[in-house]
Amino acid sequence: MLTNIIEQLLNGLRTGSIYALIALGYTMVYGIAKMINFAHGDIIMVGAYALYVAIINMQLPAIPAVLLTCVTCAVLGVVIEKVAYKPLRKAPPLAVLITAIGVSYFLQSASLLIFGATPIPFKSIINVPAVKLGSVTVSGLTIVTLIVTTVCMIALTLFINKTKAGSAMRAVSEDKGAASLMGINVNRTISMTFAIGSFLAAVAGILYICQYQSLRPTLGALPGIKAFVAAVLGGIGSVPGAMIGGILLGIIESISKAYISTELADAIVFGVLVVVLLVKPSGLMGKNSTEKV
Amino acid sequence: MKKKLVSLMLVSVMALSLVACGSKEEGGAPAEDSKPAADDAAADASDADADANAAPVAGENTFVIGGLGPLTGSAASYGNSVKQGAEIAIKEINDAGGVKVGDTTYQLSLNFKDDEASEETVVPAYQSLMDDGINALLGTVTSGAGLAITDLTFQDGILQITPSGSAIACIENDNAFRICFTDPLQGQAMAEYMVDKKGLKKIAVIYNTSDEYSTGIKDKFEEVVAEKGGEIVASEAFQKDDVDFSAQLTKIKSTDAEAIFVPAYYNDAAYITAQANDMGMSLPFFGSDGWDGVLAAVTDPAFVEGAIFLSPFLASDDSAKDFTTAYEAAYSATPDQFAADGYDTVYVMKAAMEKAGSIESADLIAAMDGLTVDGLTGTMTFDKSGEPNKGAKFIEIKEGQYAYTAD
Repeated sequence: MLTNIIEQLLNGLRTGSIYALIALGYTMVYGIAKMINFAHGDIIMVGAYALYVAIINMQLPAIPAVLLTCVTCAVLGVVIEKVAYKPLRKAPPLAVLITAIGVSYFLQSASLLIFGATPIPFKSIINVPAVKLGSVTVSGLTIVTLIVTTVCMIALTLFINKTKAGSAMRAVSEDKGAASLMGINVNRTISMTFAIGSFLAAVAGILYICQYQSLRPTLGALPGIKAFVAAVLGGIGSVPGAMIGGILLGIIESISKAYISTELADAIVFGVLVVVLLVKPSGLMGKNSTEKV
Repeated sequence: MKKKLVSLMLVSVMALSLVACGSKEEGGAPAEDSKPAADDAAADASDADADANAAPVAGENTFVIGGLGPLTGSAASYGNSVKQGAEIAIKEINDAGGVKVGDTTYQLSLNFKDDEASEETVVPAYQSLMDDGINALLGTVTSGAGLAITDLTFQDGILQITPSGSAIACIENDNAFRICFTDPLQGQAMAEYMVDKKGLKKIAVIYNTSDEYSTGIKDKFEEVVAEKGGEIVASEAFQKDDVDFSAQLTKIKSTDAEAIFVPAYYNDAAYITAQANDMGMSLPFFGSDGWDGVLAAVTDPAFVEGAIFLSPFLASDDSAKDFTTAYEAAYSATPDQFAADGYDTVYVMKAAMEKAGSIESADLIAAMDGLTVDGLTGTMTFDKSGEPNKGAKFIEIKEGQYAYTAD
């Protein structure tokens, strides 16, 4: 029984850390550009397909393929921002939101056109054998996922808190006008935020595709929504909030699937979100403010 | 003189194709078909006679089979297989001179539309088939989509034969028949096989709650296993489009299950077996006929090695040799059960036409009762219920290949 609980927790931790990686993108973009980038989930999908193209079509070894995937997604994130969101910086939030949904559909339909709707099987590039700790089996992929996400989170935290570019990001999210008066290039900082967010989404996409091994144009939609929920749960705009929200969400989902009901798992996840928002409207780690989405 | 002859031919060809337009079919497409034939006649006057004879055959004496199935989306493999299987059968029949009904000989043609295995898409797809004009319906390939149009086909009074729609209600109406097994029958056959033949007593089930096919098999399976003194140690649900099965598998891992039964489609089966492998589970897998095609969906055939599922057809078997050769030549792929179902459906329609001596829908439907056809998927005897009444066979995945089980 205990073994089972630990294994279920590990399952939740693995899914949750992928959610957290994606949620970071949502929350950073929201913090800086004050917009919900609904196309973020589809960057995961682009990342998965990019890896597929790099490995199968270009025959690259795993490491360069992963790097190429991350760079592709980061560039894509910046391009999307420049083309779709930058012209709307002064527009009402609703216009930006609808544009984001449009970009999301654009990405999905583009990959539908290029790769077709039939799922493509794709072999995991992470081949680490499962490890047995006592009676608990931990799959190799779980270990890799946990290590990669931990490294990403530590690096991101250090970057935001210790570097000049990180300070610039914090300053822009605090007050755009004042930051630009202090000599911070706001446009470049926003581009950088999109690049970092999309980079993390690419990492999440790679981990996701290694886990599920099947490519579909809509594969980013569900993790995208779940990660958005995680970001809101943790307090949108807060980086530690997104990490905690993602991991919490994964664990709640896994435990309710295992011990309550598979059908009700999603309802429970969203129920928790409703309760948290009722009690603490700004999310678990969010700052109290009167911002409207 | 020659010119006059040619123009005379052309006129007769056009007149005949007009007649085709006026017949009960809407005939837009057949009339167009005859145009190139007319052009040929003009280009090659000496062959004009033969072509002029051929043209009305294509225009008037064509029996159009409408097809519905997923050609794209997650169940695309089924739809494409059925379509290609049916095309092979149609080509064979046409090459052999067509179907003789009374004094007329009919050529068969297929008008196949994509329904994406979706309840929403299938209705307009069916309606557009009816607008094009069809004599009988081959479809749908999947149960869910089929249930959405059973009442429509009944209202239209058209002969409907589903190659692989296995939900009970797919053939509830008098005009509908099927080639495959029903869902409960599959559940029963698998339960008998696992408990009686394999001696398994503790069985875990993973099924799709949002799919009639999966729940239909699972309900009967659990019932029969219990009757036989076996025990369902875990009955874990998932939903359409779920990709993460680790919670269900971890739960099964903590039970003393001896085997896992997965009544689901091949894509789900691919996810489940890969994740079970990932978690270091080595329980044997058993599946329903939706598993056919799983080898193309998994990234490593070792994930499904030893899995056993129910299927009426195996390409490597001697009885299927001619079909397999023709199919491989045409599509450079090995035919699966669905291709064989599609092939058999066309032959059943041919048999019904010959027995009825007419191509009127009502006569065809009446002829289906008591019709016996020896097909690739076994000998089928149809009755008013619409069932094919045939035996079950089991397939095991051995060394990355499908093979009939020894017992």
